Amino acid sequence: MKPIWIIAKRELKSFFDSLIAYILIVAFLGISGFFTWLYGSDVFLIGQATMQPFFSIAYWTLFFFIPALTMRMIAEERRSGTLELLLTKSVNDWQVVLGKFLACLILIAAALALTLPYYFSIMSIGPIDHGAVLTGYLGMLLISMTYISIGLFASSITTNQVVAFLLALFIGVFFLIIFDVLSNSFTGWFANLYSYLSLSTHYESISRGVIDSKDLIYFLSITIFGLVLAEISLSKRNIVE
Amino acid sequence: MSIVVENLTKKYGTQRAVDNISFEVSTGEILGFLGPNGAGKTTTMKIITCFMAPNDGDVKVNGMSIHEHQDEIKTKIGYLPEHNPLYHDMQIIEYLEFVAELQGVSKAKMPGRIAEMIKVCGLNAEKHKRIGELSKGYRQRVGLAQAMIHDPEILILDEPTTGLDPNQIVEIRKLIRELGKEKTVILSTHILPEVEATCDRILIINDGKIVADGSAETLRKQAQGQEVLKVRIEDTPGKDETVSALQALDSVAIVDPVSEEENMYLINSNDNQSSKRNIFNLCVKNNWMLTELTPMETKLEDIFRELTTK
Repeated sequence: MKPIWIIAKRELKSFFDSLIAYILIVAFLGISGFFTWLYGSDVFLIGQATMQPFFSIAYWTLFFFIPALTMRMIAEERRSGTLELLLTKSVNDWQVVLGKFLACLILIAAALALTLPYYFSIMSIGPIDHGAVLTGYLGMLLISMTYISIGLFASSITTNQVVAFLLALFIGVFFLIIFDVLSNSFTGWFANLYSYLSLSTHYESISRGVIDSKDLIYFLSITIFGLVLAEISLSKRNIVE
Repeated sequence: MSIVVENLTKKYGTQRAVDNISFEVSTGEILGFLGPNGAGKTTTMKIITCFMAPNDGDVKVNGMSIHEHQDEIKTKIGYLPEHNPLYHDMQIIEYLEFVAELQGVSKAKMPGRIAEMIKVCGLNAEKHKRIGELSKGYRQRVGLAQAMIHDPEILILDEPTTGLDPNQIVEIRKLIRELGKEKTVILSTHILPEVEATCDRILIINDGKIVADGSAETLRKQAQGQEVLKVRIEDTPGKDETVSALQALDSVAIVDPVSEEENMYLINSNDNQSSKRNIFNLCVKNNWMLTELTPMETKLEDIFRELTTK
């Protein structure tokens, strides 16, 4: 456990040292605040005390921001050779992957926590469904976990950060849009499969305030799957035919 | 703490980077790994440090196999990888803390260890800088410091003196020799005088195979076989008489007058015999003037060349 935390701590520190963390938080608050309060289907246009506008915009901002965080994490270590340095310390591949995952998740959680004032403001405007806000935040965290694990996997199979970023978006688009579209254009068994794979289906039910174990299992299994793939691509150097 | 390498093989595709090599290193020994580029030095080191798994064979560190006890082995080894990769965005002290923490140095001991490493590696003047701002030589010192931070019993250094200036090289060699008294050290290098200056034992590998193993002296003897002397004798009646007189000595095999220089002879002795005394006595007896007698040493370079260019 301890090495995971040591690695996560270093990653977090490097986020803050390199200003990435500040830029991310400011941009995230700015964009989500703009669309929640000022533009499009914002709170005042809907005329309801709800966090829904915020969650639906955060859903997309995280989709772009998280790959920008994760693209560096393994690709850069591989390129500069520090991966060798790390893995010859008393650390194994899993601890490296999990440490980086944890660091990203903490940063995203911090960014989400900073949007709590939105919640308090809306609460003061009118009656708000507290349960839906809670599950909304939970949904955000679950989605972030899947994005992070996809991003880490993308970062683990290349030494080029741009490739890692684009690859993460490419994989993400499947879960966000393409599976959804496919499920509409098929019928029967295929439609069910694609609909199950689609991230938006599962997110919708959580954002409505329904926590179903099926959805939790979905998010957690994609997260774990992504992390396992990242770990496998790290330990590929050990595979001998 | 001993390292036993048994029948190690590592293939990259069809190429055998390391081909069935076996050797042992014991505590207090400094082993120099020598070989041309791509000979398999770095690969062997990567396998010993548990970064890569071999296709075949085993490495036992103090009896623990790299296939089973990776975690324990990693804590016992301090490793300086080739090209000395470092996190350029970290400060030296911060970085050393990170490595120390990973290697399980306790909170109480950490400031002491870091201070010692900074002193030993001469980083004091630069200790608050970011690693990315340092010159190559200082980065190399940081690399050494991080390898030694947890006081490991085994040090594996892949080209430890690249990028250092001559003064630093002397210092680092001295440091390695001192550490080698109680620790097991394996270092690789292209620089031949470095091996002679620091290592107790030399292992030359070529194409993934061990082609020579022994101290610098034994390697020289092996390569040479017989003693070769360069002798200058003056006040002799003539070249031919001198040659025949020298040839008459029991221990002398071949006498070869050097044509470019007068009174100069190359004398090969018989196997395992020395002719120095005989030559001296001969000169005394005949009242010749012996002005030069130099044993010709085979240079390590020549041995290296001969072994690795076949």
